[in-house]
Amino acid sequence: MLLFLLRRIGAGIALVWVAATLVFFLTTLTGSDPARRILGPQAGPDEIAAKTRELGLDRPVLERYWDWFTSALRGDLGASWFTNQPVSRLVADALPVSLSLVLAAIVLTAAVSIVLGVVAAVRGGWLDSLLQGVSIVAFAVPNFLIGMVLALVFAVQLGIFPALGYTPFGEDPGRWLASITLPAVALAIGAIATVATQTRGSMIDVLQQDYVRTLRSRGLPTRSVLLKHALRNAAPASLTVLSLQFIALISGAVVIEKVFGLNGLGERATAAAGQGDVPLVLGIVVLAVVVVVAVNLLLDLALGWLNPKVRLA
Amino acid sequence: MSVLSDSGPAGPAPVDAVASPPRQGAVRRLLRSPVAVVALVWVLLVALLAALAPLLTSASPTASQITNALAPMGGANLLGTDGIGRDVLAQLLYGARTSIVGGVIVVVVSLALGLPAGIVAGYYRGRFDAVASWIANLLMALPAIIVLLVVLAQFGRSTELGMAVFGVIIAPGVFRLVRASVLAVREELFVDAARVSGLSDGRIMRRHVLPVVIAPTVIQASQLLGIAIVIQAGLEFLGLGSPNQASWGGMLSDAFQNIYAEPRLLLFPGLAIVLTVTAFSLLGNALRDALGVGGRMPRVRRRATVVAAPDSDVPAPVVSEPPGDALLAVQDLRVSYPKGDGSVSEVVRGVSLALRRGEVLGLVGESGSGKSQTAFAVLGLLPPTARTSAERLTFDGTDLQRLSPAERNRLRGRRIGYIPQEPMSNLVPSFRIGSQLTEPMRHHLGLSRAEARRRALDLLARVGIQDPGRVFDSYPHEISGGMAQRVLIAGAVSCDPELLIADEPTTALDVTVQAEVLDLLRSLVAERDLGVVLVTHDFGVVADLCDTVAVMQEGRIVEEAPAGRLFDAPEHEYTRMLLSSTLENSPSRQDLPPAVPDPDEPEPLPLSSSGGPR
Repeated sequence: MLLFLLRRIGAGIALVWVAATLVFFLTTLTGSDPARRILGPQAGPDEIAAKTRELGLDRPVLERYWDWFTSALRGDLGASWFTNQPVSRLVADALPVSLSLVLAAIVLTAAVSIVLGVVAAVRGGWLDSLLQGVSIVAFAVPNFLIGMVLALVFAVQLGIFPALGYTPFGEDPGRWLASITLPAVALAIGAIATVATQTRGSMIDVLQQDYVRTLRSRGLPTRSVLLKHALRNAAPASLTVLSLQFIALISGAVVIEKVFGLNGLGERATAAAGQGDVPLVLGIVVLAVVVVVAVNLLLDLALGWLNPKVRLA
Repeated sequence: MSVLSDSGPAGPAPVDAVASPPRQGAVRRLLRSPVAVVALVWVLLVALLAALAPLLTSASPTASQITNALAPMGGANLLGTDGIGRDVLAQLLYGARTSIVGGVIVVVVSLALGLPAGIVAGYYRGRFDAVASWIANLLMALPAIIVLLVVLAQFGRSTELGMAVFGVIIAPGVFRLVRASVLAVREELFVDAARVSGLSDGRIMRRHVLPVVIAPTVIQASQLLGIAIVIQAGLEFLGLGSPNQASWGGMLSDAFQNIYAEPRLLLFPGLAIVLTVTAFSLLGNALRDALGVGGRMPRVRRRATVVAAPDSDVPAPVVSEPPGDALLAVQDLRVSYPKGDGSVSEVVRGVSLALRRGEVLGLVGESGSGKSQTAFAVLGLLPPTARTSAERLTFDGTDLQRLSPAERNRLRGRRIGYIPQEPMSNLVPSFRIGSQLTEPMRHHLGLSRAEARRRALDLLARVGIQDPGRVFDSYPHEISGGMAQRVLIAGAVSCDPELLIADEPTTALDVTVQAEVLDLLRSLVAERDLGVVLVTHDFGVVADLCDTVAVMQEGRIVEEAPAGRLFDAPEHEYTRMLLSSTLENSPSRQDLPPAVPDPDEPEPLPLSSSGGPR
């Protein structure tokens, strides 16, 4: 088990490195001049040359890469080209917003999907047909469209939730929850459609297994057969889909942050990419991939707990 | 945009199913589904409107007239104008072009990368497979939006470029699906045969591998088109689409700017996206059904309803009233299943049985004779679609048909035990043996954890397990089949039942283990005065254990006699045939060839209870 974990951690670190390297070289591909972009069109050639030297852009690409890589290893992600603020602080400021949003969405997705998937699999009938129909449509609606409609109805018309902005948890937990509710729901609906459908399918598969009949032959209460035994055996497939949805939620959050005016990593990433602020973009890439790796690691642990055969492998 | 990263080509419908080659008439089958036709018509309509956009409207989708901003519907602008005075209808029509072109780019790029890579990786395995799979996993772990942001920031805003990059990002979904399909077919005998007969790899791929891959790929392509449209709208909404090009996502972005002034602007692009993506999803699902990929999930209904079976033209055999001391009495039991065409197939046709305490009744017959169905009807564990009826079905004087499902559940495990056929598939893989043994005892007998554990260890020792402590703490995959069957027997008798239903309890075991398990059963019966219904096709087991034998054929009991008499002087032709075939290839552990092909043999049932050894 320990070896298995170490291998996964190693693979995760490799993933972070590959992603950062890939993005680093992507940003060097075009000939556009960062110093010119930073200083604006009025700057003279001397200023541009000075800025280029200051940013170290006069040096060969590989040397710059090596510099960035070695300081990143020490935890130093450099400073933004545009504001000169340390990347780590810019990223750390925005992280709670995005993390609140994505975690709330994933918790919502997991909870609702399990309930819907199990009920559809066990009850069948019209409820099942309804779930399948709704999930096809829910999957087809872009989440930012859901977000706009939710904002119109629940914020503008009914005034239950704020339409814009984020309240930090430390400031006021109640208003924090209110500020991420609509964005999280908008973000989760598509994911719920996918995960609930998967849960339904794997529950139906498990309920057809011989051991379920044997459990029933032992006279165990239906609740135990369904929720303890069947669900636990159906869970690995759902969890795998859930972890893929988590990656998708990170992407979706970028758009949702714009709809609800949340100053999260997504807003920052969009702006940084637009300006060509390479250190900030790289910092965000590293952080996003680290989060993905961490979630996948948690998933591996959960799968090992759920499935003893994996644990031994 | 819930799937910006590749969440499987999925959408609501997982398409990871590995396919059989497309069958003929798939198109006709597709067109028979009304949903598919509607979806197809919508998709074609959108394509047509997109192609004919210049003929349908004279307005330019990009020319803005600030003076005419937010014009209402009707008049010169049929659907009004947007926040900077662009005609909504023209944008909608030209936007369809952008969406369709973008979708096609995604499909072409992802197929161009994923299809060949998946075929080569699946067919040759080896290093290429390892490298390609690693790259696929890497791409799947990257949040797609970040890559898109960086690329578009570097190379300039462009919908087409964004879609091409997204095609690369989602290619692992195609790769994995294709690879899985190829892996599955690669081991097939006909591919081996082709290889042995000297066909080149290229020919084998074209002739045998490619056809298998086409069906799931077509389905996936349909779903990718839908996903692409959603992703594209997201990019355009973020302002990363091509400038000066009408698009549905761009329209939504403009609607967002004017959301308080004119929420109506959300409606048309929103509907266009939702309807088109839904159409592609539905089309994908319909294609799956038409091509026969994956198989549809059988619908699980709530409870088996007890419905009187249709009158059979065969009269029920007249059986004398069962003796008063019967532990189990069954009279005129019928089990039937509705078939797809509305007719009903009866698999148990009027079975009558009686069993006393301490008696072992063998229920013998070949597969499909209805013996397992009879056993499960007594247990009340038939699949939900089964219809059961009986003139009499009593256990120790209690009418089982009158009991509620909950009351019946209380009898199971407590007073009626069940031993299944296949040991390994009947233990829950994710729980330790100990917890599986103790849960029913704690539930039925109200034992504490410690008491249940002590009793389970005693039981394990009683069924002949050398190291009960170790087995108690093991998972099912850590013990042998013989041991698992002993565990299941221990489970069946754990709450001191009076009746035991054993469905081919030794069929899946080695011959030596079979003998030991039979010994165990015999001693348990003697020790606990159990009544046993023993379902088997093996006359060796019958001779070893049974007092009485009932021979079943095509859902009926054709002969019932004390075991000794049945062996000495079988009366029924069919019994004689079964006996002689057993003697010829004894010990018989194989299925007998069906003497008469049964036209009414039920379809494979949702629960694998169709009887007979597998």
